[in-house]
Amino acid sequence: MTQYLIRRLLIAIPSLFGISVILFVLLALAPGDPFEELATNPAVPPEVRMQLRASLGLDDPIHVRYLAWASAMLRGEWGFSFVSRIDVDQLILQRLPTTLLVIGSSQVVALLIALPVGVLAATRPYSLFDKVANTLAFVGFSLPTFFTGLLFILFFSIYLDWLPFVYRSQIDATGWRWVWEHIRQAIMPVMVLGLFQGAAWTRFVRSAVLDVIRLDYVTTARSKGLPEGQVITKHVVRNALIPVVTLVALQMPSVFGGAIVTEQIFRVPGIGSLLISAILANDTPVIMAVTFVFSCLVIFFNLVADLLYGWLDPRISYR
Amino acid sequence: MASAVVLSIIILAVLLGPLVWTVPIDEIDFRARLQGPSWAHPFGTDDLGQDLLARMLYGGRISLAVGFAAMLVAVVVGVLVGSVAGISRGGVDAALMWLTDLFLSLPSLPLLLLVIYLFREPLRQLVGPEVGIFILIVAVIGGFNWMQVARLVRAQFFSLREKEFVEAARALGASTPRLVIRHILPNALGPVIVAATIDVAAAIIAESTLSFLGLGFPPDIPTWGRILFDAKDNLDFAPHWALFPGGAIFLTVLTINFVGDGLRDALDPRRVI
Repeated sequence: MTQYLIRRLLIAIPSLFGISVILFVLLALAPGDPFEELATNPAVPPEVRMQLRASLGLDDPIHVRYLAWASAMLRGEWGFSFVSRIDVDQLILQRLPTTLLVIGSSQVVALLIALPVGVLAATRPYSLFDKVANTLAFVGFSLPTFFTGLLFILFFSIYLDWLPFVYRSQIDATGWRWVWEHIRQAIMPVMVLGLFQGAAWTRFVRSAVLDVIRLDYVTTARSKGLPEGQVITKHVVRNALIPVVTLVALQMPSVFGGAIVTEQIFRVPGIGSLLISAILANDTPVIMAVTFVFSCLVIFFNLVADLLYGWLDPRISYR
Repeated sequence: MASAVVLSIIILAVLLGPLVWTVPIDEIDFRARLQGPSWAHPFGTDDLGQDLLARMLYGGRISLAVGFAAMLVAVVVGVLVGSVAGISRGGVDAALMWLTDLFLSLPSLPLLLLVIYLFREPLRQLVGPEVGIFILIVAVIGGFNWMQVARLVRAQFFSLREKEFVEAARALGASTPRLVIRHILPNALGPVIVAATIDVAAAIIAESTLSFLGLGFPPDIPTWGRILFDAKDNLDFAPHWALFPGGAIFLTVLTINFVGDGLRDALDPRRVI
């Protein structure tokens, strides 16, 4: 298992490298010179400008600039936010826990919906339950997250007035009340993301279970006299989960996309809304850093998926 | 089947609607701001008293055009990458597949936002605000959506290139480009059509998301996502403003997904010819 983990980590390095190259090329290709203002300013003589450019290495060949940039990224020197006047890494560290909390709990919600519904639908294919679940799943992943978010606000905050629709990081209450307020304001963002993911996963789970449930070893397990529940949970689901993990890992980028949208709607102070406000404020260092963090998160979750593989199917980790 | 009908109605309405419903999209009338649906304004009005039905019909053209154009970009790139990878073995195939996997693990929305942020201004100066942002959005959405098609095409090529009819064509002296274009590609297109259908829905959602975040089309082009973006701060007293464009996006995406599902059953991509 350790060997497998190391191999996976080594495979992740080239993709991290690829992403950093893409980010850097985008930045380098983008027109617009950081010294444009100086160039048009008559008070700054051209020699001074040239010296400034040389001191920042802007005229170096592109691979030298890439290496300098990448090593700065690796050392955690992500620059200085133009707007907030603090280091970018601090800004991101402040906001990352909220994002991870919202994404994490929405994944749990999605799993809690998708697993039972998908398995139940697959054990009774083409029954009424299956048809209803299938239709709802279709509706669920055709509803874009920004529209579900607005619908939720309209219904739960404005019409019923049950839940707050602005997420606050500072809550005055203490003790249990503090916990409750946090849960209350997290319900809507988490549900919006969770329902969207859950709908997509339900279909994956259903088709994966359908593929497995007809195999001979399941019949064998039944004919041994095992109770149906045990056959499903121990024999069918565990094997069906292997393709599901692949598809879930492939969905990871869209999860983060949905997280950006929900954070923006509910004003959750996470890195997604940080990205949007940075773009609106032309805060390039923050934009680059947040995009890089999102890429790292995707790669990290792909790694987690690989580890889950190894746990679900031990054969993979010996290969 | 029903969804195909609904989808056609939406497309026809968007294409022909502005000919029938000739209210201008930018007629400002402060006496009629934020009104609910009525006979004069079937979908109500927004905060400037502009007619929402007219705006939605106009914006729908843009949304659907972006969806189809981005799908075309994705399919062209995907088929190109997939067929090159599928016909050449070894290094080229491995490199292209590494690239595909890399793109699959990219966080697409942050990168979309980054690209648009970096390239919006220069393109606007180059070809004007509307065309510039259209080209940019289509190129970027298409550029982040081709991976599925590439994988499908490659998988089809792998099984098709060993088939007898390809062998026969090769024995007759057909060149590799001819083999690919005349013999393999037409047989590989079934799953691509299904993936292309789903891609249209994905592109429409992507465009609406960008516009909803306020980073898509400029405010004078009312795409569905843009109308939602403008409506979201007035939810409590003008819910119709958000419900109609949101419903339009939802209905379009849902019907496209259903049509894609129907096509999948009809063409069955898992059955390799």
